Amino acid sequence: MKKTLLALLLIGAANGASAQMLINGAGATFPQQIYTKWFDEYRKIDPSVSFNYQGIGSGGGQKQILAETVDFGASDGPMSDENLAKAPRALWHLPTVAGAVALSYNLDGNPQLKLDGPTLAGIFLGKVTKWNDPAITAQNAGVTLPDEDIVVVHRSDGSGTSFIFTDYLSSVSSDWKATVGKGVSVKWPVGLGGKGNAGVAGQVKQTPGAIGYVELAYAHQNKLPFADMKNSSGNYITPDVGSVTAAMASATIPDDFRFSMVNSSGEKAYPITGTTWLLVYAEQKDHAKGEKLVQFLNWAYTTGEGFAPSLDYAPLPDAVVKRALDRVHSIKY
Amino acid sequence: MRTATSTSILPPPGSRFPNIAFKWAAALAAGMIVVLIVLVGWELYAGSRQSLSKFGAPFLWSTEWDPVNDSYGALPFIFGTLVSSLIALLIAVPLGVATALFLTELAPQRLRQPIVMAIEMLAAVPSVIFGLWGIFVLIPWLRDHLFVWLKHTLGFLPLFQGPIYGVSMLAAGIIIAIMILPIVTSISREILRSVPDLQREAAYALGATRWETLKIAVLSYARRGLFGAAILGLGRALGETMAVTMVIGNRPQIAASLFAPGYTLASVVANEFAEATTDLYLSSLFELGLVLLAVTILVNIAAQIMLKSMTGSSPIKV
Repeated sequence: MKKTLLALLLIGAANGASAQMLINGAGATFPQQIYTKWFDEYRKIDPSVSFNYQGIGSGGGQKQILAETVDFGASDGPMSDENLAKAPRALWHLPTVAGAVALSYNLDGNPQLKLDGPTLAGIFLGKVTKWNDPAITAQNAGVTLPDEDIVVVHRSDGSGTSFIFTDYLSSVSSDWKATVGKGVSVKWPVGLGGKGNAGVAGQVKQTPGAIGYVELAYAHQNKLPFADMKNSSGNYITPDVGSVTAAMASATIPDDFRFSMVNSSGEKAYPITGTTWLLVYAEQKDHAKGEKLVQFLNWAYTTGEGFAPSLDYAPLPDAVVKRALDRVHSIKY
Repeated sequence: MRTATSTSILPPPGSRFPNIAFKWAAALAAGMIVVLIVLVGWELYAGSRQSLSKFGAPFLWSTEWDPVNDSYGALPFIFGTLVSSLIALLIAVPLGVATALFLTELAPQRLRQPIVMAIEMLAAVPSVIFGLWGIFVLIPWLRDHLFVWLKHTLGFLPLFQGPIYGVSMLAAGIIIAIMILPIVTSISREILRSVPDLQREAAYALGATRWETLKIAVLSYARRGLFGAAILGLGRALGETMAVTMVIGNRPQIAASLFAPGYTLASVVANEFAEATTDLYLSSLFELGLVLLAVTILVNIAAQIMLKSMTGSSPIKV
């Protein structure tokens, strides 16, 4: 809050007395990079409005939009019915971009591994404990796996990445669903907790025999090897921008856009993927701000999506963009 | 002569207002601290009401922490906070007091200032830098050398058994020790500098060696103050968050082994607060904050009691 005030003051000072409009948003950290990029690019198109986004976490984003202290919120997980019921009027979820969660590991010689859902669930449940467990070797003919303990690394901070990952494990393992479940934080049966993507990537890199999940961009940037995952059509798929968009294209998306896209049915779909949402009121209280926000969203869905792949985010498939745009155009202000 | 002095120093009669104003301003400043603590406590209490009424006292000794099923308990975090701080004190206090002794009593004059500056720079390093250094430099070294050696030589103790991951309660204790070292050292140094030279001269006059002088004239004179330095260090250790969470392994469990990962109160609040979406979850995190405040106050009260009993048995009454 203080930071927001300070930012307001600074921006106010920079622009002197000119009445530049400021639209405030807060929430998820996962899409922060692409949102920042969008706001920078959009300033070139419409200098009369500037956006201020605080990556305070999805929980904070939901809370602030419910309290109407920001003009839009952002969240990596869909809001629960319970929280959505607290909204003073209709609050819409608008998916913006999607991302993949990659399984990175630390093994001598960096072999390229293949894993399926039940094996992964077994590892994170503490039931598959050695790298040369038959469940792993059976899928990796030609790779010599050591008789080494598997060290599980997970996120310690609440995060959308954990939500996507546990959502996936719940969808492929009834055992996981019953004993652990899905959430931004869960009670992990085994393993070490690393803070943030950087913490998990760091610990995987430092610990022989470790396996952990990180956002795809992090695995790329840290040059960590990551596993191909078996999808529901039986194919082993490498996580990349294309296989994430493929996953979204084959996901069933309900009218309110609150959906899970893990383990989606597409042939080329990577199974551990998720989207991120902007949270926007269907009726904007401030006419001028509402108008600018709709103009921006229109630009984001038509032009902005193009910036996604360069930042390791997957753009939405055309059909989803069209549905989201219809929703944007029905925002009242 | 006397009258001349007093008229020039004392204010003229009738202008006692500055005195009174100053007294009240000072009292207000001191009172603010108390008000601040009470307000923090009240806010934490208000935030944790839902959790307090749902779980009651068993919150304190429950070992469950399951956000998916909305079931919460504080014990593993209380354990982790106390143990990691204790390890930090066991390392930092001897090291800090020894450094302070060297700086005030033994070091050549021209060495003192550079060392003091180096210690002060250590205090300026941001927490997250210590954490990153912990992950990439300290942990691999501990895992491959110190921990292996400890397990080999002291492995018969339950404290040094079990698998070695690197990230652990012991690693957290070591990082906290490095972080509280500057405050323990600087305060110890001030305390030792305030020991009157008369004390030392008297000891030397009795024929004491340098070591005996330090022991009977300096350390025993300063022990109350040094204990205070340790308590200030402990206060910092209990609340240290960012670096700890990066090296402790963040696993809410109570393990006998110092090689096992653990978790602290401050770390779990920092980790999970931003993404806590249900009301009870958030409320339980608030209650952890309240527990941390209570632990800090209790530890300080215990320290005061220890301090009192210590003076009683002091060989030299001051």
